[in-house]
Amino acid sequence: MSRPILEVRGLTMRFGGLLAVNNVALNVQEKQVVSMIGPNGAGKTTVFNCLTGFYQPTGGEILIEGEAIHGLPGHQIARKGVVRTFQNVRLFKDMTAVENLLVAQHRHLNTNFLAGLFKTPAFRQSERQAMEFARHWLEQVDLIEVANRPAGTLAYGQQRRLEIARCMMTRPRILMLDEPAAGLNPRETEDLKALIGMLRQDHGVTVLLIEHDMKLVMSISDHIYVINQGTPLADGTPEQIRSNPDVIKAYLGEA
Amino acid sequence: MTRNLRTAFFSALLVLAVAVPVFGLKLTTVGIRVEVHGAEAGTFWIIAACAVAMFAWQLVRTRLAAGWAASPSLPTIPAGAGSFLTLPSTQRWIILGLVVVALAWPFYGSRGAVDIATLILIYVMLGLGLNIVVGLAGLLDLGYVGFYAVGAYTYALLSHYYDVGFWTALPIAGAMAALFGFLLGFPVLRLRGDYLAIVTLGFGEIIRILLRNMTELTGGPNGISGIDKPTLFGLSFDRRAAEGMQTFHEYFGVAYNSVNKVIFLYLIALLLVLLTLFVINRLLRMPIGRAWEALREDEIACRALGMNPTVIKLSAFTLGATFAGFAGSFFAARQGLVSPESFTFIESAIILAIVVLGGMGSQLGVILAAVVMILLPELMREFSEYRMLMFGALMVLMMIWRPQGLLPMQRPHLELKQ
Repeated sequence: MSRPILEVRGLTMRFGGLLAVNNVALNVQEKQVVSMIGPNGAGKTTVFNCLTGFYQPTGGEILIEGEAIHGLPGHQIARKGVVRTFQNVRLFKDMTAVENLLVAQHRHLNTNFLAGLFKTPAFRQSERQAMEFARHWLEQVDLIEVANRPAGTLAYGQQRRLEIARCMMTRPRILMLDEPAAGLNPRETEDLKALIGMLRQDHGVTVLLIEHDMKLVMSISDHIYVINQGTPLADGTPEQIRSNPDVIKAYLGEA
Repeated sequence: MTRNLRTAFFSALLVLAVAVPVFGLKLTTVGIRVEVHGAEAGTFWIIAACAVAMFAWQLVRTRLAAGWAASPSLPTIPAGAGSFLTLPSTQRWIILGLVVVALAWPFYGSRGAVDIATLILIYVMLGLGLNIVVGLAGLLDLGYVGFYAVGAYTYALLSHYYDVGFWTALPIAGAMAALFGFLLGFPVLRLRGDYLAIVTLGFGEIIRILLRNMTELTGGPNGISGIDKPTLFGLSFDRRAAEGMQTFHEYFGVAYNSVNKVIFLYLIALLLVLLTLFVINRLLRMPIGRAWEALREDEIACRALGMNPTVIKLSAFTLGATFAGFAGSFFAARQGLVSPESFTFIESAIILAIVVLGGMGSQLGVILAAVVMILLPELMREFSEYRMLMFGALMVLMMIWRPQGLLPMQRPHLELKQ
């Protein structure tokens, strides 16, 4: 039995009179792939925003390996190893692909002002390692050919992959992907599935996924949470979810 | 066709509406009253002719444009050459070449030319500093002149009250400006775009008005005069040295020549510019430089990757202000006089124009733009009334033809070793 890496209890997010997230609980084990599904506007992205510190949740607890992180600013949560991608890709568009990856390593680099000014051996060493790490991941996501092209000029599927690679630069423990397959063709979706599998197998990353592509969700998830109108509707293994009458009702409407 | 006709009609009307009050009516003082008189008939004929010309031009414009497109295009800079010029490696060589020329020519140039060149170098320094804030970090700062003023007054006050020399005051001025940059950075951390621009604009004005009103300390509108000029290791460039000091011409046994002082100031400015270029060049290749650019591109993504936007913004404001502080203290030393009127908003606008004109983030671009922006008004002193008009025209033309700036920055090509 692996240990829980992320625990969420009673997460609530209220915007004025609107209850966007109501009492959501998640329990994610290490190296699992856990998906959140639900109709549009169900509050899935809001949950992500709460988990990554972009919103301050109105109520509830978020624990990373037993450590409470709710209320911390976004960048500090990211430093605890929780990083995310965005529903609409947020790359540094004017910077090249490899620069995007270098920026993401900011925290692991030698940021000493004087060291950089005089290019001390330690600084060169740290920059070299950063380049090496970036090259490694560009190869992993098959973007080595376009390494020096501005990120904004890449094809959409490439941008999606680059965003994931950029997250990996921060050496995350939990990777949160917000609709990573949106806008990808079936072939690219297959590649994405392989990539997520590889992240889990080879890099020990726990993946939290929001996705509408049911084929992808059902084939890759260890556990699925269904959210409807901000409220948890069901959770279980893909088989349990597939046969759950409430889920079918929420998706297809009352019969 | 009717649309063309309507556009043409309204354009002609607009010409009349603008030109008649501006050129056609004159205010004359008669005794204690002000009377409105019409201009001469000739002026009205010219305005009418302009309106007719505008009418005709608007009518045939689209057809002309079509004919224009069909005719062989004008020779332009080939695309390859353009990108060659903006390559970082080429820019480095060009800058190196410029430095050699810049070091040699003051000894042959005229006194006036060297003086203008010194002024240009001050603006290069300011442009490079503002480039950090605006071009790299993407924070629109309209009050940059405030830090310039802080630097200038730091040296002026230190020199006036404590007899501190230029070389000692230079780092202090930089540090003071940095402190002010840091302090300004705090309240504006949450602001972006227009809001940030307005707050920084206010900040620049506050500094100027403070300097004008703190009469006991800063001399108010009269400013501070008699600021010491820089010395070369204790050697003064004046005709007669102050007590206990030696002059340059006595020490080296050459005849006194006032040009020496001008050249010396020029060389100091050049040294400061080179220092600035060096530091910024390194910054660009450091994690912090990349973080600035990332912040300009997408602040939310920065946060999601664990970068603290507060630290990044503050560092951009602080470092940008530091260079303004250096430039300011040099300005004070060169003029020998500072007054609040040297630090009006138009200065901020000029510096910002240099950054935009040169191409955001590009260093060679900033240098080129500083030369254009400072040299053009100097060369066109006869047309000084129309200076602002030309300024505006230049900006409009630039935005139409080269919105990315004269020499926009190109991304560095990073070699990935196998």
